[in-house]
Amino acid sequence: MLDKIGIAKRIAKELQDGFYVNLGIGIPTLVANYVPEGMNVEFQSENGVLGMGPFPFEGEEDADLINAGKQTITTLPGASFFDSATSFGMIRGKHVDLTILGAMEISENGDIANWKIPQKMVKGMGGAMDLVASAENIIVAMMHVNKKGESKILKKCTLPLTGVNCVKKVVTELAVMEITPRGIKLLERAPGVTVEQIVKATEAELIIEGNIPEMVIN
Amino acid sequence: MINKKVANVREALHDLEDNMTIMLGGFGLCGIPENSIAELVSKNVKGLTCISNNAGVDDFGLGLLLQKHQIKKMISSYVGENAEFERQMLSGELEVELTPQGTLAEKCRAAQVGIPAFYTPAGYGTEVAEGKEVRVFNGKPHILENAFDADFAIVKAWKGDEAGNLIFKGTARNFNACMAGAARITIAEVEELVPAGELDPNQIHIPGIFVKRIFQGEKYEKRIEQKTVRQKN
Repeated sequence: MLDKIGIAKRIAKELQDGFYVNLGIGIPTLVANYVPEGMNVEFQSENGVLGMGPFPFEGEEDADLINAGKQTITTLPGASFFDSATSFGMIRGKHVDLTILGAMEISENGDIANWKIPQKMVKGMGGAMDLVASAENIIVAMMHVNKKGESKILKKCTLPLTGVNCVKKVVTELAVMEITPRGIKLLERAPGVTVEQIVKATEAELIIEGNIPEMVIN
Repeated sequence: MINKKVANVREALHDLEDNMTIMLGGFGLCGIPENSIAELVSKNVKGLTCISNNAGVDDFGLGLLLQKHQIKKMISSYVGENAEFERQMLSGELEVELTPQGTLAEKCRAAQVGIPAFYTPAGYGTEVAEGKEVRVFNGKPHILENAFDADFAIVKAWKGDEAGNLIFKGTARNFNACMAGAARITIAEVEELVPAGELDPNQIHIPGIFVKRIFQGEKYEKRIEQKTVRQKN
């Protein structure tokens, strides 16, 4: 079974040289730490920066330089700043190659819910609805089951949706799955996890073809 | 040169009244018009509809207006950092219209540039799309969103000149650049206001035509919401 860092490391293997990538809050943010050596990717933050770098050193933080999670950041050589309309122009215009975000639920046909629990938690969708409606390539980083052990990979989402028919790939502590027109296909198992464990933790129907390999994570 | 300079924040906001709709720039606490917010608190205008990506934190930014119940309605994309906001929303004291962030930015930009409405794929198939026209372009459904209609836009820039030209710094550009000129009256507060001619026209982000009044803020706290640092090894 993977921890959050393991999930981030596995997703980092999906990065490709020359990709512009938007990272959501939480596990997706960690992916930036595991970019393979020698690969050039640029991180876009929807509040208006391309070429985001690591956190600043103590005493060097700048109130005018934050990421979409409101954390202080730095920029790398080649970075640029822009306004919010231009930022979402990049996203809707499909100039961003990969979006990695978290989810509360996903469904067999690629629907995603991650912004609202009625009567309980209403924080807003931020940029998630724009991202999922436009991105060609969306990877979801999430936990397979909730704290009560109930599956978050469902036949149909129960929470208010963020977007429909949009998720392409899901990486959880248990598995890597692909959303296909036929449903959710199991691609890889987490180290030490069996196919039976994954099936048991998944409410949605899984397509299982042939031998399911164990993930390789450095 | 058409001079946009006013003496201070009081003069800039003198005709902002109860029940108006106002846009406020900023993302989180980054690039918020601090001096204007303080003036709205001391003016004690009520019944405001505020268009702002976020609602501040409990004791800073728009949180200061929420504490005094000056806001009737918020139009935002993300409001997770403010406990008082959540309380007022769940109890029904505060009306809230949550809008996808890109749609929020484009509704500002559309108002700024005279586009009455636009189609976007964001929110299709979700509760955001309820009651909105859907149209398919290139095989993909989009929803119709209207430009904002606001009385005031209050933006904050790093530097400005008396002609109203603005330059932003870092990620503080965010919604500020989209809101300038997007309401009947745009007010810009800047950290440094210089005479016309001192800013290089090549470096201007927002031309002065979009700004009605400009003033230099008295002081800036520029609070950091989440200070995150790494260790030197």
